[in-house]
Amino acid sequence: MKVDRAAVYDLLAEYGGLIDAAKYDEWLGLFAEECRYQIVPRENYDRGLPAALIFCDSRAVLEDRIRALREANKYNIHTDRHIIGLPRTLGAGNDELVVEAPFAVYQTDQEGETRLFAAGLYRDHLGPGEYGLKIRDKLILLDTFAVPSLLATPL
Amino acid sequence: MAMVTAAIWPALDYSRVPYRLYHDTEIYAFEQERIFRGPAWSFLGLEAEIPEPGDFRASYVGETPVVFNRDEAGGVKAFVNRCAHRGALVRRELSGNAAQHICIYHQWCYGLDGGLTAIPFRRGIRGKGGLDPSFEMSAHGLRPLRVGNINGALFGTLSEDAEPLEDYLGAPILIRRLFDRPVRVLGYNRQRIRGNWKLYAENTRDNYHASLLHEFLVTFGLDRSTQVGGVRMDPRHRHNITWAEADSDTDEFAHQAYSSARVRNDHLSLKEPALVTFRPEREDKLNIAITSVFPSAVFVQISNSLAVRQIRPRGVDEVEVFQTVIGYKDDPPEMTLHRLRQANLVGPAGLVSMEDGEAIEIAHRASKPDLDRATVIELGGGGVISDRDYRVTDVPLRGFWSYYAELLGIEPEGAVR
Repeated sequence: MKVDRAAVYDLLAEYGGLIDAAKYDEWLGLFAEECRYQIVPRENYDRGLPAALIFCDSRAVLEDRIRALREANKYNIHTDRHIIGLPRTLGAGNDELVVEAPFAVYQTDQEGETRLFAAGLYRDHLGPGEYGLKIRDKLILLDTFAVPSLLATPL
Repeated sequence: MAMVTAAIWPALDYSRVPYRLYHDTEIYAFEQERIFRGPAWSFLGLEAEIPEPGDFRASYVGETPVVFNRDEAGGVKAFVNRCAHRGALVRRELSGNAAQHICIYHQWCYGLDGGLTAIPFRRGIRGKGGLDPSFEMSAHGLRPLRVGNINGALFGTLSEDAEPLEDYLGAPILIRRLFDRPVRVLGYNRQRIRGNWKLYAENTRDNYHASLLHEFLVTFGLDRSTQVGGVRMDPRHRHNITWAEADSDTDEFAHQAYSSARVRNDHLSLKEPALVTFRPEREDKLNIAITSVFPSAVFVQISNSLAVRQIRPRGVDEVEVFQTVIGYKDDPPEMTLHRLRQANLVGPAGLVSMEDGEAIEIAHRASKPDLDRATVIELGGGGVISDRDYRVTDVPLRGFWSYYAELLGIEPEGAVR
């Protein structure tokens, strides 16, 4: 697959922007029909341990997550702000791109106090979709594995 | 020093807890001394984390950093992770394997039994400097902990006065139950909550909140208070077991019971039902078994997700919940996958646990300005502290406070035990 940098940038920008706007259904639309989404504490990744904070090994589990967020879970009232760094290409196969991008997420509470919530690295497997790239596999390596307060909205 | 006294309790049955106990820094320091460095046993970690001689892991007893390791003879030793020389952390890594522990500051060396084995330039250079020949190496080892072991779950205490671990636990059957087969560590997670550690210790003993705060439990049919279940304590009421049996109520009964609470119970189906599908692993039907051990350990089974939580106080205003996610060594790969899926339920992002972080923070925040007011603990009634075969109860919180008061030496005259 040809490395289309503009398409990768578009996808990452949409990805962060849609979470920050709390448009989770549209955010789900960035994922392929068959996909995985995982947030793994670096503490585990470095030791070869499989447990994740969020482990969605299918689109169904990811959709359940978002539905639970909307219909059942209660969490700190806040807004997210994703700052996503420059992606680097790790590989390009026949119909797949592998890219890595550092990220930071700041959370701001209702009283206007902002704190750094998470820093880490996205490792994405991307494939072609109808209107741009789709995420097939997203591994989020969480540097900030001492999670402040709780983790509800997606990273 | 203005210290807390028995007069602090507004009620003899511990049904009122003054907010001061969650916010006063002197009381916090006193707790570290009387509880964590006192005759309580703290969970350290798992034998499964240090299978080979020289394997070590860092942990905490209260705020005190400790390290536990396997020695050359295969035994488990634990000591305070602090150099006898300048008080520096000796082991900086969280885990690893080593023949000895060497402080980087002046390279004092300790063996796997914690004994001081070598000091650089002990005799000085060219006969000048160094330590006096009378310096006793044996008096300057790492401070040892007594270690207790329940089927591979390791506990430690700094106190010579602590009763034997078996006696301390009372009837630890649900710990033995969780560790009835060799375990495998699947990973760790951590959550830093801006609240006092005791709010978390109470939370794990509070059966009342479970299906009200954690709506996922009821909304998706995993657990509801209408199931057969209850709370059971050790004879001294310091520990608690919260339990529930799978498939022990009917939908109709549950709908009726929850009609007054703002909780939905419409059994919305999940796209991936494996998230909540319980696969019985034992003859009992328990799908919820949560054992809280005073002061800081929680052994958790929620469906097929298994974990041990260590409550790590970080000052009066913050607590880290450190969770070790486990499975069994003989789990087939498919069962490990099931557990990894169900690990979605617990931890800082847990579908049935994330709310605790928020609940503790709002309780800590709103109680801080008004220290002489108190919380109300009366679900399941006041008075005598005893086991209940129902779940709408928070009696075990009063059990926690009764032992807390005993250790701090602030039991009021005529207190209910």
